[in-house]
Amino acid sequence: MTAPLLQVRDLKVHFSVRGQGLFAAPQTLKAVDGVSFNLASGETLGIVGESGCGKSTLGRAVLQLLPATAGSVAWLGEELTALDKATLKARRQDLQIVFQDPLASLDPRMTAGNIIAEPLRNFHSDLSALERKARVKEMMDQVGLLPTMINRYPHEFSGGQCQRIGIARAMILNPKLVVCDEPVSALDVSIRAQIINLLMDLQSRLNLSMLFISHDLSVVRHVSRRVMVLYLGKVMELADRDSLYAAPHHPYTKALISAVPIPDPDTERAKPRVVVNDDLPSPLNPPSGCVFRTRCPKATGICAKVTPILEPAGPGHDVACHHWRD
Amino acid sequence: MTSSSLTSPQDAPAVQGRSLWQDAWRRLLANRAALVSLIVLTLIAIAAVFGPLFLPWSYDQIDWDHVEAMPPDFASGHYFGTDSLGRDLLARTLFGGRISLMVGILATFVALTIGVTVGTVAGYVGGKTDQFLMRFVDLMYSVPLTFFVIILMVFFGRNFILMFLAIGAVEWLTMARIVRGQTLTLRSKEFIEAARASGGSTPAIILRHIVPNVLGVVMVYVTLTIPNVILLESFLSFLGLGVQEPMTSWGMLINDGAAELEINPRTLIIPAAFMTATLFCFNFLGDGLRDALDPKDR
Repeated sequence: MTAPLLQVRDLKVHFSVRGQGLFAAPQTLKAVDGVSFNLASGETLGIVGESGCGKSTLGRAVLQLLPATAGSVAWLGEELTALDKATLKARRQDLQIVFQDPLASLDPRMTAGNIIAEPLRNFHSDLSALERKARVKEMMDQVGLLPTMINRYPHEFSGGQCQRIGIARAMILNPKLVVCDEPVSALDVSIRAQIINLLMDLQSRLNLSMLFISHDLSVVRHVSRRVMVLYLGKVMELADRDSLYAAPHHPYTKALISAVPIPDPDTERAKPRVVVNDDLPSPLNPPSGCVFRTRCPKATGICAKVTPILEPAGPGHDVACHHWRD
Repeated sequence: MTSSSLTSPQDAPAVQGRSLWQDAWRRLLANRAALVSLIVLTLIAIAAVFGPLFLPWSYDQIDWDHVEAMPPDFASGHYFGTDSLGRDLLARTLFGGRISLMVGILATFVALTIGVTVGTVAGYVGGKTDQFLMRFVDLMYSVPLTFFVIILMVFFGRNFILMFLAIGAVEWLTMARIVRGQTLTLRSKEFIEAARASGGSTPAIILRHIVPNVLGVVMVYVTLTIPNVILLESFLSFLGLGVQEPMTSWGMLINDGAAELEINPRTLIIPAAFMTATLFCFNFLGDGLRDALDPKDR
């Protein structure tokens, strides 16, 4: 087995949040709390979970856009969290990100051409303006934008086109890893398939690794080879796609999968549901032991006392639950 | 051989997009009050800059035949009459306008440069830098303007340039606060994060992304600062800390005119009319710019 491209070990991102009241002590919000995974070259890891579970924070911490509180992010064996500014900047060539909100991720005062060219200006300042323009046009063509739109501004594009600009900006440096932070959740359903296919197409062409963050299980199933389920900043289950969708072991994963709607009213009505009660507990004050126990149908006494560790439940299938065998 | 209609999309001429600035410009021109203000301001500025060249009398020349304030008289070339010392009122008004506008624009430019620099750096870098810069701004706020100007006078003597410095030094504070606030909201936007992810350094991000995006709000504030500065200048001149005779400004002319309001209201009304018109126009222009630059906020 080749060395992984990206190796994340026990990554923690904690934020200090001011407490309620005048003299309250600051509280710690554990957005990501001890996440570990490997990513091989050309692989896609899907990251799913509900709102506020730390998906986006994880993606940003991997790219060092947010400082990690503890743990390690090793890129080709090199520790990213310890790098100085200049070296980190050089590494950014290989690490890119596609954002959720297509319009908000583009500078409204810049033309599409300038937006796509910005990484080139940062890393290849030796290129002449003409060469840069040629590269930008070529990239626009690759992501399905007409090169004649190079002088247009973001507000003159549709959401899908804006996302294509964002993708072009991420891809123009030929990165090795792209974090896709819910790239399609702000788009119309009709556009989603196009953007996902574009991403997968670019991935196979450029041999990219992807971290695909989404709360849409069907999308993740389509693009990912492996899937990681996050809950309150902790990994619940990490497995190969087919194994996860066919035989989820963790009660939370089961609940998530059973909540995916089936586009047929009769089957949808007849389908058994795993119902999860209550709201998501506050990440400021997570439950003791297993963080999911307050909403888990299988919770017993041990769940409150002992934090389950991620243990292998089959080939390429890890789960963090005391009761997965039941 | 092939016909020219078969060009690939690669070779087709690029469609020219319309930037937000161009959009704003169109909206501004569609605003009647702002458009009229812009025209009036341009006329006043042209008259102030070039007008004195074409007048028979200069601003400091005394017409010994008309030493007593004289009503408008076309034969002698005093189109607005003379003041109590026999100097041509039109020439003095236009020359005063030149000084007032110059002080207004230059001091505002000084305030703009310092304010935008400090505001963007404080807002974007944050942390201790932000604390330090903003506490310095608070400190400067607590120094009274007149006191500050008198201290400058004591150290450097009476000097026209000091006025720019003094007024600029006061006006940049508010600018810095406004810009910092805007920068804070911009900093958390995804396109700034995208710029960081694509390897932009801090100065590059501030220059390329922050400054162009705060400029809209800043432009509005600039048009509202210029009349403010013109008023401040007349206040300083009134106290004898500003422009010195025989040079003049609108503030001084109004001050002189106020002294002889009962015998000669003309010497007050004419410069006051110019100044009021200018202040109104700047304010309308500022309003128009605000609407034009941020149509959502209306």
